[in-house]
Amino acid sequence: MFILVENLRYVYRAGTPMEAAALDGVNMEIEEGSLVGLIGPTASGKSTLVQHLNGLLTPTSGRVVVDGVEVGRKRGGLLELRKRVGLVFQYPEHQLFEETVFDDVAFGPRNLGLEEDEVRKRVLEALGNVGLHHEKLLKRSPFELSGGQMRRVAIAGVLAVKPKVLVLDEPTAGLDPAGQKEILGRIQEFHRDLGMTIILVSHNMEDVARVVQKLFVMHQGKVVLSGSPREVFRHEPTLREMGLDVPQVTRLMLRLKEKGYDVRTDIYTIEEAKREILAKVWRGTVNA
Amino acid sequence: MEPIIETRGLVHRYHAGRENQVVALEGINLEIYPGEFVVIVGQNGSGKSTLAKHFNALLQPSEGEVRVKGLDTRDHERTWEIRQAAGMVFQNPDNQIVATLVEEDVAFGPENLGLSPEEIRERVQEALGSVGMTAYRDREPHCLSGGQKQRVAIAGVLAMYPDVVILDEPTAMLDPAGRVEVLATLRRLNREKGMTIVLITHFMEEAVKADRVLVMKDGRVELDGTPHEVFARSDELRRLGLDLPPMAQLAHELREAGLKLPTSILSIEDMVAALCSS
Repeated sequence: MFILVENLRYVYRAGTPMEAAALDGVNMEIEEGSLVGLIGPTASGKSTLVQHLNGLLTPTSGRVVVDGVEVGRKRGGLLELRKRVGLVFQYPEHQLFEETVFDDVAFGPRNLGLEEDEVRKRVLEALGNVGLHHEKLLKRSPFELSGGQMRRVAIAGVLAVKPKVLVLDEPTAGLDPAGQKEILGRIQEFHRDLGMTIILVSHNMEDVARVVQKLFVMHQGKVVLSGSPREVFRHEPTLREMGLDVPQVTRLMLRLKEKGYDVRTDIYTIEEAKREILAKVWRGTVNA
Repeated sequence: MEPIIETRGLVHRYHAGRENQVVALEGINLEIYPGEFVVIVGQNGSGKSTLAKHFNALLQPSEGEVRVKGLDTRDHERTWEIRQAAGMVFQNPDNQIVATLVEEDVAFGPENLGLSPEEIRERVQEALGSVGMTAYRDREPHCLSGGQKQRVAIAGVLAMYPDVVILDEPTAMLDPAGRVEVLATLRRLNREKGMTIVLITHFMEEAVKADRVLVMKDGRVELDGTPHEVFARSDELRRLGLDLPPMAQLAHELREAGLKLPTSILSIEDMVAALCSS
């Protein structure tokens, strides 16, 4: 398995009266080249889990293996992990710091000790991947860009290291709808065109459902549900109890079902809902 | 009734007179009345946050004027009064928390008002209660989740007993449960205490719950009305770069497919009612 998480436990402040298990026996398998979503309410352990994937945290017990490298096992393993797994934190634009867009994106590749020619090639490629390859932008200060552009520069900085796995923690938070669509479209391109394995951490169900192949739902430090979005959203009551939302379209179908209509309830896009309503609900006239 | 916030011909330019000058607000005339729950939506760069920062004198108009409770925000003598009347909550709670314990953080504002210790304690308790954070009052803010921190930041503003609370995307980082809780808190403050609320958001579901929705684009207010009025104008909203709330979008597509559905559908309940009566 490309990414394997086995009986992972992580305890914060172990051995003190404040001891708290953030992860309490997590099991998870992710195939190479897949695009998966990790959802869960605040404090369910999502961020703690993804910080294990590139060795920012090491397991209290259990194991995490990424592409053959076990987290926290051998010396020198950390660099191998950091090269393989790129982590884009929440609000990554807060971590921009260089004077120009070029230098900011070049920070990672330079740290890998690459030749300046290769660095330049990677920077241009990464900025191209996020749709910001204009020559004029390279010399600008990243702080003069719009919020959405700043976020794309920050993501380019991670792409330039050419990780096999990209983890994005709430990549659309705080962006307007146009900016959100832009980022989600780019993420799908990284997956399709660059063949990256992508883990999308989010509580925005409507977004996640549209783009991922598989969902993992976390609650109180465990993975409690997993499967395709369709399979996961069938567990609407469980999700709601955890404080998660299912897409409004799914909720509409559930309500219509309660009203006695024989509709499918594993629907989560507007297009599907439209077809289902036209076929099974509407009894009134239709103007052709 | 006197408006609590009033702008007349408000223009704001960043880097005024310089090569990189940006006109962020292009002449805004607006009145917000006591007790209103106003939501401001618009694409990034439309001027929403710039406008909100004029409401508590964080920014000064380049032209025109802004009055809060009748006080001109250009009058530096009154800045303190204006900021107490118009409390602001920002997107990132980490930038707003100042103390090492939750209750000390909430007490920070009232302590600066020179109130008695009993009055401060009372206000802190009340404010924490209304954001559902009472159980966390002796925790360290840095141990809280992003959502919990944001609720503490809101409590800090509430403890000042402001006339209007202005929130700039306060729910952007919260999970759905946190968002619902913050929204419910804001609505309760509005309904029960008559608190005037100005909420900037990208979440159309939040706009649906307001009394009044302002849609901004390129430094202007393009639409101003009730949620039903604003969201009925689907083509215009799309031109302004905004999405419809999911149920309004579905209703729009069903109408285009020929179904006779009202343009006032905003919620799941509206949709179920309309479909079941077909």
